[in-house]
Amino acid sequence: MMVATHHALLLAAALFAIGLLGVLVRRNIIYTLMCVEIMMNAAGLAFVAAGSRWAQPDGQAFFIFILTVAAAEVAVGLALVLQIHHRLHTLDNDSTSSMRG
Amino acid sequence: MTLVFYLASFVALVSTALVVISRNPVHSLLYLVVSLLAVAMAFFSLGAHFAALLEVIVYAGAIMVLFVYMIMMLNLGQRAVDQERNVLPAGIWIGPAILAGLLAIELGYVLIRGDVTPVVQGNVVGPKEVGIALLDKYYLAVEVGSMLLLAGMVAAFHLGKRDLPDEAAERGSR
Repeated sequence: MMVATHHALLLAAALFAIGLLGVLVRRNIIYTLMCVEIMMNAAGLAFVAAGSRWAQPDGQAFFIFILTVAAAEVAVGLALVLQIHHRLHTLDNDSTSSMRG
Repeated sequence: MTLVFYLASFVALVSTALVVISRNPVHSLLYLVVSLLAVAMAFFSLGAHFAALLEVIVYAGAIMVLFVYMIMMLNLGQRAVDQERNVLPAGIWIGPAILAGLLAIELGYVLIRGDVTPVVQGNVVGPKEVGIALLDKYYLAVEVGSMLLLAGMVAAFHLGKRDLPDEAAERGSR
């Protein structure tokens, strides 16, 4: 028995929705970063599902690019979180809503 | 393989929901690792073996270690020492362990049956095809990706310093 491709796409959409909900609901910067990771992962799942539906390598190639972007994003994001914690002594999203100058 | 896909999807959905629901970052991190492993299993059942491999090695292996490092570095001071005692009591492992156990059962099932036919139409797309596509069709994007990683490394190194230039100047003028 074959699984229809749209079941994999539905899984990707559900994971993306959970990640989006997390970004909107949680007020901790670490959670925001984690939920962005979940959303990127869901996008990669959609790419891979479509790629394997037509037996083309492009889906997996784009998954590798998503992996690259996620790694760079996490490295910069975590450095920013360390700076925010060092300066403001909090991890609240709303604490960084004001700029200086 | 159909059963493998649906069970992996179930584990992925449950553990991802628990990532958002958990109150403690360490617990969320555990569930996030399980979620990534479940998505890797779904990749495998879809016939994308190379992507499943990379998901385990890079995502669950390297990126999650970055998160662990950050949580370690942020928990400084006496408050964190007190917190440490309550962070990982024995019972916490049960939830992620059950979900990861489901994935381990799936893995054993696949290994014993030796059946790797993808659950969707089409054939297995192996690393060879992906490598050829990357360095033939998308070689420019690979170069841009390497530049992005270099820029990310430089930015993380700069931002990770204790005193950024503006802060040091501010302290000097005070």
